[in-house]
This record gives sequence, structure tokens and C-alpha cells, in this order.
Amino acid sequence: MYAFEYHRPTSVRQVANLVAKAEDAKLLAGGHTLLPTMKQRLAAPANLIDLGQVVELKGIERSARSITIGAMTRHADVAGSADVQQAIPGLAEMAELIGDPHVRARGTIGGSIANNDPAADYPAACLALGATIVTNKRKFAAEEFFRGLFETALDEGEIITKVSFPIPQKAAYAKFRNPASRYALVGVFAAKRAGDVRVAVTGAGSNGVFRWTQAEEALKARFAAKSLEGMSAPADNLNSDIHADAAYRAHLIGVMARRAVQAASSR
Amino acid sequence: MSATGIGAPVRRKEDQRFVTGQGRYVDDFNRPGQAHAYFLRSPHAHANIRSIDSRVAREMPGVVAIFTGDDLAADKIGGLICGWMIHSKDGSPMKAGPHPALAQGKVRYVGDHVAVVIADTLAQAKDAAEAIVVDYEVLPAVVETASATKATVAVHEVSPDNTVFNWHLGDKAAVDQAFARAKHVTTIDLVNNRLVPNPMEPRAALGEYDPGNDNYTLYTTSQNPHVARLVLSAFIGVAPEHKLRVIAPDVGGGFGSKIFIYAEETVCVWAAKKVKRAVKWTSDRTEAFLADAHGRDHVTHAEMATDENGKILGLRVHTIANLGAYLSTFSSSVPTYLYAPLLSGQYDIPAIYCEVDAVYTNTAPVDAYRGAGRPEATFVLERIVEKTARELGQDPAKFRKKNYITSFPHATPVIMTYDAGDYHASMNKALEAADYKNFGKRKRESARRGRLRGIGFSSYIEACGIAPSQAVGSLGAGVGLWESAEVRVNPTGSVEVLTGSHSHGQGHETTFAQLVSDRLGVPIDNVSIVHGDTDKVQFGMGTYGSRSGAVGMSAIAKAIDKVIAKGKKVAAHVLEAAEGDIEFKDGKFTVAGTDKSLDFASTALQAYIAHKFTGEQLEPGLKEGAFYDPTNFTFPAGVHICEVEIDPDTGVTKIERWTAVDDFGVIINPMIVEGQVHGGIAQGVGQALLEGTVYDSSGQLVTASYMDYCMPRAIDLPSFDVGMTMTPCPSNPLGIKGCGEAGAIAAPPAVINAITDALGHEDIAMPATPQAVWRAAQKSVTKLAAE
Amino acid sequence: MATVSMTVNGQPVTADVDPRTLLVQFLRENLRLTGTHVGCDTSQCGACVVHLNGEAVKACTVLAVQATASVVTTIEGLAQGAELHPMQAAFREHHGLQCGYCTPGMIMAAIDMVNRKGSNLDEQTIRAELEGNICRCTGYHNIVKAVAAGAEAMAQAPLREAAE
Repeated sequence: MYAFEYHRPTSVRQVANLVAKAEDAKLLAGGHTLLPTMKQRLAAPANLIDLGQVVELKGIERSARSITIGAMTRHADVAGSADVQQAIPGLAEMAELIGDPHVRARGTIGGSIANNDPAADYPAACLALGATIVTNKRKFAAEEFFRGLFETALDEGEIITKVSFPIPQKAAYAKFRNPASRYALVGVFAAKRAGDVRVAVTGAGSNGVFRWTQAEEALKARFAAKSLEGMSAPADNLNSDIHADAAYRAHLIGVMARRAVQAASSR
Repeated sequence: MSATGIGAPVRRKEDQRFVTGQGRYVDDFNRPGQAHAYFLRSPHAHANIRSIDSRVAREMPGVVAIFTGDDLAADKIGGLICGWMIHSKDGSPMKAGPHPALAQGKVRYVGDHVAVVIADTLAQAKDAAEAIVVDYEVLPAVVETASATKATVAVHEVSPDNTVFNWHLGDKAAVDQAFARAKHVTTIDLVNNRLVPNPMEPRAALGEYDPGNDNYTLYTTSQNPHVARLVLSAFIGVAPEHKLRVIAPDVGGGFGSKIFIYAEETVCVWAAKKVKRAVKWTSDRTEAFLADAHGRDHVTHAEMATDENGKILGLRVHTIANLGAYLSTFSSSVPTYLYAPLLSGQYDIPAIYCEVDAVYTNTAPVDAYRGAGRPEATFVLERIVEKTARELGQDPAKFRKKNYITSFPHATPVIMTYDAGDYHASMNKALEAADYKNFGKRKRESARRGRLRGIGFSSYIEACGIAPSQAVGSLGAGVGLWESAEVRVNPTGSVEVLTGSHSHGQGHETTFAQLVSDRLGVPIDNVSIVHGDTDKVQFGMGTYGSRSGAVGMSAIAKAIDKVIAKGKKVAAHVLEAAEGDIEFKDGKFTVAGTDKSLDFASTALQAYIAHKFTGEQLEPGLKEGAFYDPTNFTFPAGVHICEVEIDPDTGVTKIERWTAVDDFGVIINPMIVEGQVHGGIAQGVGQALLEGTVYDSSGQLVTASYMDYCMPRAIDLPSFDVGMTMTPCPSNPLGIKGCGEAGAIAAPPAVINAITDALGHEDIAMPATPQAVWRAAQKSVTKLAAE
Repeated sequence: MATVSMTVNGQPVTADVDPRTLLVQFLRENLRLTGTHVGCDTSQCGACVVHLNGEAVKACTVLAVQATASVVTTIEGLAQGAELHPMQAAFREHHGLQCGYCTPGMIMAAIDMVNRKGSNLDEQTIRAELEGNICRCTGYHNIVKAVAAGAEAMAQAPLREAAE
């Protein structure tokens, strides 16, 4: 790790001020991507702004139509939240599948989506559920927010404050783990809302999370695993690596989509 | 059997410190004023070093010194060695290229050692290493095992075609004859995948120099500290043997990778004197992937001949073994004498011929990893036996039984003489425990759920406790393979055992104490096992190859016998009886036929106070040493049965059931032995399903962390059903055969035989990852559709 | 330099550290609590697991400064004098360790597992919950047994304490 200056603000306003002033600053959320990257000397921020004490960024709120999760809410809190389990059980289950128990005790939703790792789980949930990502400046629809590998619509220094998930009729996530890293080799989040079906795929796309529109069309007719029988995703824009080539990923997207839909519709 | 004697599942004495965080591993040691070493490693698989410019780096904060290969050469520090000479078929010695601890003009694999930076802190050392400018002339890299001899470049000048040796064993003509009269010939092509050992404790070294006494101390993660000292002094020349103290304290697993003498400990000891400060290096995990010696990496073609009755007539094997960029400490022995002599397995095979071509590549050195040669042999044999049985339409268990060796001693055509065993007993017990007769029912039930179920056997044999020294010397070993022990009885009757074995997870502090307690009648808590420090312990050979029970404990047993003999003399004087009338039993020296006796502690005290005998009659004291050189290898053997269920949609293989029945001879502590079996199976399953080391075509290691190299986790494994049979080993006084590597040897073919059984065809490589199995399952589906 | 203050194994500690000091380095190097180990660089092996404010975390992926004002428990803080924590005792009793290197992290993870999931843990749950801890020696067989037994013993222990 290279040397840096450490800051420990307690409000979003303080964070914003620090970001504006400090040169080459990075926000530290749960740290489970940023710190390993810094340890490998692949990131070298001059200033590290720890969001850990910013209480207003933490917590889960339920309204009649949505679940709103503060950016610094940890995966373990989402997985264990009675509100999330009741309103969007698929989201709680997804959070329970991230990393391992120790990672879930530190990693946060804000950190996950700000990083937009192409194998992270949350981007799929956001995209499938039609989440709104709220920052200290504005709001984004999920599909505007995620822009390719590790890229988002966030401006330099912009701070995610919360993510709001409309409550769907049915939703579930099916994940096929990378056997080594346990990130998503393929993760499919399927959600049915009034008049809309979305199938979002993570881990597989060479440009990050994407919607599998062909499956969405098939499911609009009938939201059942059977509607996807025999379908696999087009392999054109999928990743190939030592764990899975594009053809296998394309196949797994079909399998995981069917499993997600099956889980969603059997609740 | 007493509660703490031989055969008792005594809870481990060492665990008190481990479960409370009081274990002391090398990285837990710090010396006053110590500096930190960081190795600048080659980013290229193969390159000439035109220049190394460290002028800027030297001026950076905290930097103490920067050294390169030139500095080592200037001090006449020798290269790392390979301690086993193999001769090719034509009689020529193996082609050993130079192996400097820090590169001299050339780097030969990614991770090769270019320079060392020594600084006040590790962070400063890393900062400075980044400022060193190395001008590389990048050369094409030789990466693939199978094609290494056809490469356009040579890894070492000494071998233009990258061949280390072309070695063979067995009777070629006899095998040709066997194949000529065969009714059936089965062929198979196999890759034994390259593995990275990955003990959880990364390697570490802390060197220190005391100018007042001209003494050196090295704390190192070693399985064999005396061998490390010998090599560092006699061959590499960093310090005279009597001036170098090597301490291997608690070591967090080794699995072979900590046998070898590496560049890092060499440099730390040498540099400590140069910079007049203790120098510490601790590997991070990526360095461990890059620079620890890897294991396996064979490409093999094998053929098996059978007659009309399904009896095996002959076996022909050709293997290309990748030894990496340099010959590591025992690398040459692994694909030769630890491999081909095992190719007879548990079977009566009249003729065997094996050729091994060892090659250099621009990859990390390859050396012994848990099993070392024996898993590779077992994989070849148990895969081809399974395939032969299937081709002949015979039940694989029955086919094996038909060909089992049944009388002992049995001389194989590949130099081994098996001393004892009962292979049918293990197979029968395993079939029962695995509920083999109902397997068909379970397979149909799986099929109803759309799953493919398979069962696979592995009837492995292992050769442990490599010996006798004279024999291994004649095969090229540079060392003897005996073990030493000293049993020191204190005046209070407590006992210290100094052993040349080294414990890095095996539980010697408990099992060795059990032997002493059992033999001397001393409470187990009054026995200490001392190991891992060359200043305390007499020369010893260390722990690897499942040798510490059979060889190390036999040495202790010999020393105990001498203690008892001496104790009888002492007791005879005290009890005023003839020495010949003294019996030792239940911890007491008794005059035969009387109630006159002296307990062990009193005898010890009498030995030291020496009031009852004169110096002419008897030497005072009670301390005896022994060196034990076995008469033969030991031959543990057993049967493992693996049952898998495959999800053809995803290719995920789940191990539903694991049955192991092993014959390890006499067992000191069944709890510890079962633990060894569990761990071995896990590593074998890792090889079969999860672990694959991948270099890309330019020689970059793609799997250099746990993000890409898949270590077995709890969820990947089932609980294991581990059972035993027992034929005592006649080749050592305790009847022990050894158990440390059995699981890792047995497991891979059991898994792959189960998967190929489930798939209905043989075409699957290790590791059988979900992708590989899914793809293979597609063929099964296509095949089924066609039928 | 940054000043960190926290409570470790019941003792308040304060030190000036380079901000880039990881919690595991702080414990091992500043406090000489070397029971917490480092086994990988990628937050996967779990040899470094400690409890931070009562929850298991990977001390290799937390900065010491982040733990300011926190309560940290390490493997050295579990036993009550000579009496082992029930989970420590269970690992010993069931031979849930060999080389001992992963053991501190395993035990800290196991206690956290019981805290989160209760004391009646089936094999599947234990195996799944050990996702973040790698052992190279035991094949996990005896670790799973140890965690199950330790969990039960933890349920008994408070009862015993109450009765005393």
C-alpha cells in the first residue's frame, strides 16, 4: 500500500467538503474492494475518506412501494433485514450470497455499486428491480447508472447516499459462483413488476451488467421457468476466462435465469 | 492399551497453544533492529538482463542495501542445488543448469529473483524495488510440458532441447512380448495437472548474524532444518555448518513445499552479515504462487495389456515431466524413483516398462508435493485399470480383485519388494461400507431427478519411508534417508525426546510422546518432544514422504531400548541383583521372581546421583541416542471409493459419498491418522475437481491468487467414511507404514473414475471443473441421443 | 501518522500508526498479538478473522484507523484464564486442527457463526458458513464436527454460568 492521508468525516456534507478540497481522494466504504486493490498497489489515492462514521448513510426504510437502503448499509444488514426479507426476499437472498460472512459484515451496497465490478451481484439486482440510485446531487435510474466495466455515471467526488428499490410482484436471484473467487461467474436477477419483466445478468457480460431482453420478452407472456426452456443467451458479448468461456456462460445464463424465475414464482 | 499409549486417540498436546493463539511461527519472531527484505521478481518468463540500475532506489528512505546476483557471486555464494542425480538411458548424467539465488544475467520464470531490497520497513523496501530499473531483453518462453523439447529456445544452455534427462525403468523386451500375446490392449492419455501446494502459512525466513561469535541464525519455515543447514553450508556456502543455527519453529503446513532450500532463506542469512542487521522476509500469497515449488505436471501415454481371462499382462508408460525452470532440491527424484516403481500398484503385473522424459520450461520449479510421484503413478494406473475393466465389460471392483497381489513378499518388475498387505480385505470392507451393491438403485434415483451418478474406485499403493540409505544412494540420492533420535531422561524421570523429524501439523508432540509413555511407563505429560532447532537436536533428516512414524519413531524406539538396557544396569546396582535378572515392565525395574523393584523415576535419579555404582562399573546418566535406517520402504495401501452426482445443466459435481479403507500397519493414534487421511483426500479432491495452475502462452501465471486458483473449501467436500484394515509392517520395529500422503494419492483417480462412470465416457481432464464437466456431459447427452 | 485507540481483548490501547497500517498488522506488530495470522492477500482465507464490535471480520481488509473506538477480540482474548472458550475446547477435542495456522481464524469465525445462527447447526449450514475460511490440512471433516460440538457447548456454557 502507498501512503495516504486518512479522513473520518461524520456527515455527507463533511464528505462533500473533503472531496472538494482533497486532492486525488477516494471514498472508503466497506473497503473490501478498495483495500485489497491498494494492498496490491493498483490504487494509490492520496486521500482516503472513510464513510464509516457517516450515520445518515446507514439504514433500511420500507414504504408501501419501496425499500430504500442507505449506501453504507452492509450486505449482512440487507440479508438479515426483516423488511427486505418480507418485501423483496430475492434481494435479501442475493445479499446473503455475496462473498462470505466476514465480507458481508463489512461490504456495503454503496461500495458495491459505485465500483460496478462486472462480477458483483448488486448491479444485477438494481437493474432488474428498476432501482433508483440517489446521490448527494441527483438521482439515477439503474440503467443510466451502470456504464460498462467499473464505470458508472457518477461524477468525480459524487457520493451515493441511498438506493431505492420498488417492491416487485416477484423476484429472485440465482448465482453461479466462480469456484475460486466466489464472485458471480454468472448471476441472474429476474423480477416481475406490474406490466414489466426484467432479467439482469452479471458476471458474464464483457461490458458489465446487462439485461437479457429476449428472456424478458419470453417471460412477459408467462412468468415461468418453462417460458425460458432451451434458451441460452447470445454468446457474442460474453466474457471468456479460465473458469468459463463465452459459450458456457451463455448456457449458464439460461440455466440461472430459469432457476431465478422458478424461485421467484414458487414463493 | 493405556489411555495414552500406542493405539489411543490421545488429544493433541500441541493444541493448547494453537487454539489460544500462542503458536510461534517464523513471522511471529522479530529480532532487535531487524530490517525487511523484498525480492524484486522477474515480470517475464524468459529474458536476458541487460542491466540493473538501482541508483535511485538506493537513495530512497529507509533503504539499507540492494543486492543482485553479482553481489552473491562476488562473495562466492554458490547456486541452489538438486540433491538427486538421475542418469539418462544412455548413461549420461542429468543436465543441471545453473540456479543462482539471485539471477545472473538471465531470468527463467515469472517470479524469478532479480534483486533484493533491504530496508527499515517492508513498505520502504517495496517502494525502492519499484524504483529499480531493469533492462530486459525478452526472449520467447517455453511453457508447455508436452512440446518443451520442440521449442525454438533453450531454458538452459546446457540443454539445447530442454531435456533434463531421458530415464527409464523396467524390462522393455518383456513388455513388448506381453503386448504381443495380449488379447486386449487399453490405451489412455492423461495429464496430471500442475498444482501449487499452498500451505496456509506462507514461507518466511529471518536471518541473523552475531559478529562476536561469528554465528548465524536462520528462522525458517522448513520441514527439515538440518538438511537446510547442510545445503546452505556445504553447497551454497553462506556459513560453516557448525556456525549456522537453523530454527524451524511451528510451521503452518508444508506438503512438500517446505522441504526445499530456496533463494529467499539463502539471501536472508547472507545479507544479515552484509548489512549487520537481522533480515526478515515473509512471502505474501502471490509470491507463494509464483515462487514456491509446484507439484505434478505430467503428460502421460499408457497402455495396458490383458489376456483372455482379464489378467493384466503388461503395462507400458511414457511420461513427460515438467521440472520448471530450475532443478529444485529433490525434483529429479519425483518423476523417476518416486514414480515408476509405484506403477505395479496392488496388482500382479508381470512386465512393466516406463520411460520418463523430464523437461525444462519457463515456469516455476516443480518438486515434491504431497505424495510426490506416487499420486502421478496411481493416477495412471487406476485410470487405465478402470478403463480396461470397462472395455472388458467387467465390474471394476472384480477386475481389480482378480489382479491383486495375494502373497508376500512380492517382487514387482519395477524394483520394489512389497513386504506385507491384504488388498482383498480392504476392498471387501470398502465395498461393504460404500453400499456398493445398492449403487444401481441410487443411480436410477439420481437419473429420475435428471442427475448423473457415478462411482469410482482407487486401489492405491504408496511407498513411504524411502530406505535403506544404501539403496537410495545407489539410485542417485545425495543424502541418506535414516532418522535420528535422542532420549534424554532427566533426574526427575521426565523425558525429553530430541527428534530429527519435524512436525508441521502431524502431531508429533503427541504421537511420539505416546510411544515414550507406552514404552517407559512415564505419564505423557512428563514427556517433551524437541524438534526443529539444529542447536538442540542432533542431525536428522526431517519430515516428508510419510516417514516420521515408520522411520522417525523407529529411531526413538531404538533409543528407548537403549535407555531400558541402561536402566537395567542402574537398577541392578541399586537392587543389588544381577543385570540379567532385572525385568522392565509397567514403568518398573523388577528383580525377576521377587517384589524388589525400582520405579522409572527413581532409576533415573540413581543414574544421575551415581551413588550405587562406581565410574568403572557404569557411566552415570540416562541418555541414549539412535540412528535408524530401515531395511525397506513401507507399503501402505487401501481402497477409496468415491460416489458423485453431476448436475448436467451446470456441470457441477457433488461428492455424495467417500469411503476409505486404508492399511497403515500399526497405528499410534487413530484420531490423528484419520485426520491425515481427511486432509489428504481433500487435497486429492482439490486436484481432481478444483485446482489447476494455468500459465498463459507467454509464461505469465494466470492463477496467482485465491481469486483464480481454487482451494477446496468446506462446502466443496463431504464428510468422509474412513476405515482401516491392518497388516503390520515387518520392515520396522513398530510395524508402522505411514499415512500422511495416502489420501492425496488415492483420491484423484477415485474422483475421475466416478465422473467418467457418470458420464459414460472417458474424456475428462483434471481439474474436472463445472465447465469441463458440463462440456463432457454434452457429449454424453449426444451419445445417449444417438443410441 | 494517525492516532488509533481501541479496546483489544478488554484492554484499552492507543498508538500512533501510519494510516496504511492494517488492523492485522496493528495487532501483530504493535500489540504483539501474533495469534491472528495472514494467509492471503485477497480477503479469502480467513486466517486473520477477529471480532470487531462483536462481529467476525477479516483483519487484513480493515485499516487500524477504521477500528478507532471499536472493541476488538482476538484469539488471545477468548480463554478465561486457564479455561478454554467452549469453541477452543471443541477444536481440541475433535482434532479440528493440524498445523494450527488457520485455527485462530476458524475459531473466531465459528463463534461468530453461533452468534448469528444459533447453537443448533447442521453440517450443511456449518460448511456453507465456513465459506470465508480456508484450511489446507484437515479436509474440514473434523472442523465441522468441532464447530457443531462447540456450538452446543456454547449453548450450555451460559446455563452453567447462571447456575453457579
